[in-house]
Amino acid sequence: MLPPLQDLYRIAPEIVLGAFGMLVMFLAPIIPKSRHGVLSAISLVGAALALAATRFTALYPGAAYSGLFRADAFSLFVHLIVIGVAFLAILGSTNYLKREDLDAGEFCALILFATAGMGVMAGAQELLTGFIGLEMSSIASYILASYRREAPKSNEAAMKYFLLGSFATAFFLYGIALVYGATGTTHLDLMGQAGAQTSATLLKMGLGLIFVGLAFKVAAAPFQLWTPDVYEGAPAPVTAMLSTGPKAAAFALALRILANVDAAGPLWFWALWAVAVMSMFAGNLGAIVQTNLKRMLAYSSIAHAGYILVALAAAAATDHPEAGIAAALFYLVSYALVKLGAFLIVAHLGGVGERNVEIEDFTGLARRQPAMAACLSLFLLSLLGLPVLAGFLGKFYVFNAALESNLIWLAILLALNSVIGAYYYLRVMVAMYMREPSKPIATEPVPWTLAVVLWITAAGTIYAGLFPTRIIGFAAKAAVNMR
Amino acid sequence: MVPTSYYLVLSAVLFGLGVVAFVFKRNIITIFMSIELMLNAVNLAFVAFSRALGQLQGQVFVFFVIVVAAAEAAVGLAIIIVIARNRGTLDVERVDSLKH
Repeated sequence: MLPPLQDLYRIAPEIVLGAFGMLVMFLAPIIPKSRHGVLSAISLVGAALALAATRFTALYPGAAYSGLFRADAFSLFVHLIVIGVAFLAILGSTNYLKREDLDAGEFCALILFATAGMGVMAGAQELLTGFIGLEMSSIASYILASYRREAPKSNEAAMKYFLLGSFATAFFLYGIALVYGATGTTHLDLMGQAGAQTSATLLKMGLGLIFVGLAFKVAAAPFQLWTPDVYEGAPAPVTAMLSTGPKAAAFALALRILANVDAAGPLWFWALWAVAVMSMFAGNLGAIVQTNLKRMLAYSSIAHAGYILVALAAAAATDHPEAGIAAALFYLVSYALVKLGAFLIVAHLGGVGERNVEIEDFTGLARRQPAMAACLSLFLLSLLGLPVLAGFLGKFYVFNAALESNLIWLAILLALNSVIGAYYYLRVMVAMYMREPSKPIATEPVPWTLAVVLWITAAGTIYAGLFPTRIIGFAAKAAVNMR
Repeated sequence: MVPTSYYLVLSAVLFGLGVVAFVFKRNIITIFMSIELMLNAVNLAFVAFSRALGQLQGQVFVFFVIVVAAAEAAVGLAIIIVIARNRGTLDVERVDSLKH
């Protein structure tokens, strides 16, 4: 028996992504390797169609598959982030794959499959569905992290990502089992109503374990130990994807649980508070001493996970979580644009085998490649939170949400950490603009595919910084009606 | 009839053993097996709850977990094989080219 058509409409983006992923895998052995650009092109069409399908899904809001999945403004918002990330990551990596002599077919297919998993997480209204989505995205990401098979660092990154990722998954799953035992359901909306018959201790333990699992996935301290190694060792375009898409999806799942399960807010609040503070300090203090740009950006992404967790803490602290949720969503957009662009620049400038990724190798970049230096500076300034750029408004909304929930200390620590962050972002800019190159590095021309991606991300960063009304308006709309 | 709590305690103990083994073992395959142990502890919990609640759902969940664990094993073993080929060792302490 076929499910009702409306259910299929509501998972249209996942269907498109899955279909194109399989199509690309099917074509990969048929098309000769010299013409693998075609596969990237097909994947791009797939991602673009998935974006269109997301627009189509907006016409049919509501629950699908007897409440397992939900297509609403929130899931649409996150879909747009993760599919947009996939599109830009595929486009930005075409030249990288050619340069490193890697197979484009599987690469693009895996990104599409992972994105389908993230989409499932974004819409999951039931814990096991969320788990399946999490695993779809994680298992594809493990392979992607190890995509430079001959490079020992890439294997090592994949091993660490795989072992710690599965470890976290087991915690997440044990949490689901306990919550199921306590409430007799895994549907988030029913869990809220379960009320009297729930066993409070079991429910609390379950939610706690789910929190640990998700904190691992978003790379929040003290569960962040894998992040620097994985982000440094994985191929740079993969890192660009890993540090943006899966993180957005994991935050989406956390927000969905927070908005639906009444018991989660009070229980998670202090955990979120502590984890946010630890992540901000661990990320920023760790980044200061780094000499490798990829590793520095990895630490900075731990710090940014901390900033987003401040928004989650703000949402957990009140009965009106809308401001916190909207702030987190806006932050995810601004963060995804910037991190994607920065890692793709590193992928290009690193040269064959990613040899030139030390900060020393970026000295004098402004003279060699002024456009690249300007672009990277723009992204770093947005990460820093300079006004006019998206990163500033992201921090501003999070700060505001924290103040509205009376989290004065958290707001102060957020501001303090932004100042610490300025030090290491500016250090890279000083190296690019004010120092002489330490060794001669051949300049490679910027391929047009990468140029397009950088134009989009840079323009997006400025647009979201100057005219945030539409994005924050959409985020605010997404934040209501989540249950 | 064995009370449900016995199963739950057993599941918690198995899960705990998995965590301990994950932290202290040095061979990658052993670490991987400890993760499988944790997943199976979860399966036991699902089935025990399913019986206690008188629902079938929990048992269906187990199938999902088994399928996902199998997919994870396939990818994980592939990664382990590549590591063994490139380095000739499966000792996690010696897989340390990414420094802090």
